[in-house]
Amino acid sequence: MSAPGILERSLTDLAQALSRREVSSEEITAACLSRIEATDGKLHAFLRVAPERSLAAARASDARRARGEARSRLDGVPIALKDIFLTKGLETTCGSRILEGFVPPFDSTVVERLEAAGTVVVGKLNMDEFAMGSSNENSAFGPCRNPWDLERTPGGSSGGSAAAVAARQVFGAFGTDTGGSIRQPASLCGVVGVKPTYGRVSRYGVIAFASSLDQVGPIARTVPDAAALLGAVAGHDPRDQTSSPLPVPDYLAGLEDGARGLRIGVPREWLQGGSEAGVERRVREALSAYEAMGATLVDVELPHSKYGVAAYYLVAPAEASSNLARYDGVRFGLRAPARALGDMYGETRDRGFGAEPKRRIMLGTYALSAGYYDAYYLRAQKVRTLVRRDFDRAFERCDLVAGPVSPTVAFRLGEKVADPLQMYLADVFTISCNLAALPGLSVPAGIHPESKLPIGLQLVGRPFDETTLLRAARALEREMGPSPAPEAVG
Amino acid sequence: MVKDWQLVVGLEVHAQLLTRSKIFCGCPTTFGAEPNTHVCPICLAMPGVLPALNRQVVEFAVRTGLALGCAIQEKSVFARKNYFYPDLPKGYQVSQYELPICLGGGVDFTLDGAERRVRLTRIHMEEDAGKSLHGVAADGSSGVDLNRAGVPLLEIVSEPDIRSVDEAVEYLKALRTVLMYLGVNDGNLEEGSFRCDANVSVMPVGSTVLGTRCELKNMNSFRFLRQAIEYEVRRQVEILEGGGKVVQETRLFDPQRGETRSMRSKEEAHDYRYFPEPDLPPVRVPASWIEEVRRRLPELPRARAARYQRELGLSAYDAAVLTAELGTAELFDAAVSARAGGAEAAKRIANLINGEVARIANEVVVAPAAGKLTPAALAGVARLAEAGTIGGPGVRQVIEQLFRDGGDPDAVVAARGLAQVSDGSAVEAAVDAVIAASPGEVERYRAGNQKLLGFLVGQVMKAMKGKGNPVVVNAVLKRKLEEGGA
Ligand SMILES: [Zn+2]
Repeated sequence: MSAPGILERSLTDLAQALSRREVSSEEITAACLSRIEATDGKLHAFLRVAPERSLAAARASDARRARGEARSRLDGVPIALKDIFLTKGLETTCGSRILEGFVPPFDSTVVERLEAAGTVVVGKLNMDEFAMGSSNENSAFGPCRNPWDLERTPGGSSGGSAAAVAARQVFGAFGTDTGGSIRQPASLCGVVGVKPTYGRVSRYGVIAFASSLDQVGPIARTVPDAAALLGAVAGHDPRDQTSSPLPVPDYLAGLEDGARGLRIGVPREWLQGGSEAGVERRVREALSAYEAMGATLVDVELPHSKYGVAAYYLVAPAEASSNLARYDGVRFGLRAPARALGDMYGETRDRGFGAEPKRRIMLGTYALSAGYYDAYYLRAQKVRTLVRRDFDRAFERCDLVAGPVSPTVAFRLGEKVADPLQMYLADVFTISCNLAALPGLSVPAGIHPESKLPIGLQLVGRPFDETTLLRAARALEREMGPSPAPEAVG
Repeated sequence: MVKDWQLVVGLEVHAQLLTRSKIFCGCPTTFGAEPNTHVCPICLAMPGVLPALNRQVVEFAVRTGLALGCAIQEKSVFARKNYFYPDLPKGYQVSQYELPICLGGGVDFTLDGAERRVRLTRIHMEEDAGKSLHGVAADGSSGVDLNRAGVPLLEIVSEPDIRSVDEAVEYLKALRTVLMYLGVNDGNLEEGSFRCDANVSVMPVGSTVLGTRCELKNMNSFRFLRQAIEYEVRRQVEILEGGGKVVQETRLFDPQRGETRSMRSKEEAHDYRYFPEPDLPPVRVPASWIEEVRRRLPELPRARAARYQRELGLSAYDAAVLTAELGTAELFDAAVSARAGGAEAAKRIANLINGEVARIANEVVVAPAAGKLTPAALAGVARLAEAGTIGGPGVRQVIEQLFRDGGDPDAVVAARGLAQVSDGSAVEAAVDAVIAASPGEVERYRAGNQKLLGFLVGQVMKAMKGKGNPVVVNAVLKRKLEEGGA
């Protein structure tokens, strides 16, 4: 198998080829690096590529394979990380000027676990600044583009992660999802993106946006690829006390069991014309496919999900306003020179933060202020409880819930920049899942009939039941056949 | 006139907990290290780090709450207190707000012989901030030392039950003693491991409506607390009697001038934007754990003092002095059990500790138990004194040496020749010689000038180079003087 040819294959296939020693990690890592070099000028999925570091890691992996000491089936597989994961010795900016030049002194738990599995990290991926955005246009270092149409956004905030995987630059990537930041770009780029249950993956060493909503997850080209990546990082971490002590199941076991017997809840609120016609059509077709595969469709209600966006835009900015206070110019990152302390804070944060973090810091500060806390933050937290209760009630009658990921296909760069509210509504279907701390994923559900852009189907499951979600997604993936590759980057 | 006004005080104490590591990371908590050497990514608030709660902090909070009669909350919640300051790395302090770990309780103490109780509002856990160091760099700029950032604190808040300066001081002393007994705090006001803020207001005598309060900060000794409250009362009374209104504000005590001055007004007060800390789940303290901590509670100072009075017949005063510090009480208990001499021996040991030991300890400014004097050695000194082997001056010298250098009292007495001469014939010879050498004084004594006995005793002691047993010398001298006169 030739190295360039294998870039078209899945991570699962590559892992097999590596274990059969048909290809070396060094060859395949070099192929990824060439692909990145050839395409990323147009795509801008990467903020930082680490050629020497990744090639050294690849050679070490090959040496392990030669000794028969592979660390896992993923040993030697090239992947990349959203620039929100701290990587020891490798600059980490979170897409912000305020962290330009920041070289972390330690690895996030996710990175440690990926290292323990032997994967090769080729670089750090573009993102909306501090994961705030749905289009990648809030990156301080210029937007990533959609490999299906370079005039369009890959989605956000993990846009670089989805674009790099879709464009065959790497075999898999990790992102974070606070309100849809993995699922929406996965949908817009035609790949698989999983947001696990809150607490399933450690947040230690992942730069915080909204602590009670942030969750780490994989983006890959196939469901088995995503399942393998999730399995490599999931599990309790004593350094993250919000991480769950529940054991991690083998996500690959039962993955091919099909959709027969599954009860799939269809929330009427999600298919009431809130999406563009082409999106709704593909979602309905996917639901019909499930029925044909032996699943049952069940009508369910999520009456409070309409308050989700409002609640989210109180809770997330409130937590962000506090999480971003540490970027004060005192200990790391940017420091604007000034004579007085107050000026140093003001100048540093004014220069270091872009418009979106500033907007959210102000929103959040307001929502937490004396006299407003009860009306805003506290009420929003109550809405979260109601949203979760809706899902609990739905799950009495179904095993998972299905609907659209994004109301539209990938939109044009600049289209929504002037109107933050329109941008916020891009997350209308994905936000409830974060508010309710449930697992969700996006799996390709076909191509839009006119724009020829990919559309994802969202599946949301019971807490810590990623297994059922992955199994259902895999059934649809097999039914749909291999998804086409984007052609805009060549 | 100050006497027309009633003082009302509530105290907030911040006590650093004696855990080995910080509240949310593994850094050591020891005081006095080079700046920024006891730090790690977590207490430096690097991007991406998360807190991991030190369970010892929770146990210390439970222990303290139980000792002070608080209701321990099975569920309590950490909250973020948001404000910007260079010594606050995260831009927020992790504290507890709406749901603290302890509610209610109180501190009992004795004031002028009367029993007093000051109720507690709450106790909660939080992290300390670092320290700003001004003008430390060559260019005069400020620095920040984050060694203290993340050291665990208990904040202990009293109700506004305190009605006098003495009461404020006694409350604080009693609370400090309890914390030290519990082994949760070292009680050091100067180094700031035991800090106190005071909410002070005045109201007309007889009123029940509290006046506007000011919060006083920066009193790092009992004396400064007293000065600050006294100054503040005069200031507030002056304002009110002049027809003015007290402004609610935070005021800083200036130890140089003995005054308080405005730090920030209510309008300038921070809006801390508290909200539940999303990085930490609620703290759960199961009832079984509370009971386990309760079983391991040490005997507390007031219980111990009561026991000393009841079982050993000590006076209330002696018992209170002995129990004011745990180390002293432990020295006492160990020496008493080593001596095994019953109530009389206990009384003698109490006198030794509260007398000679306290004096030498005071001279070198340490606690009585901080010297090299072991309980066994102290028991030995008591035995020697009781047997008359050493007298007052001997006791003083032996204790001084044992306190400084340690060792065995019998060996010290022998080496320094401190044993008294009680032998009758030796004393008689010396007495005879003095009577023979001082005919005038002897004459006048016999004529009725009793005061001269002291002079004659002094002469005998001098002749015996200070080693005469004063009891024996007195008796022999008196007998001889009376015999000769008859
Ligand atoms: Zn630390």
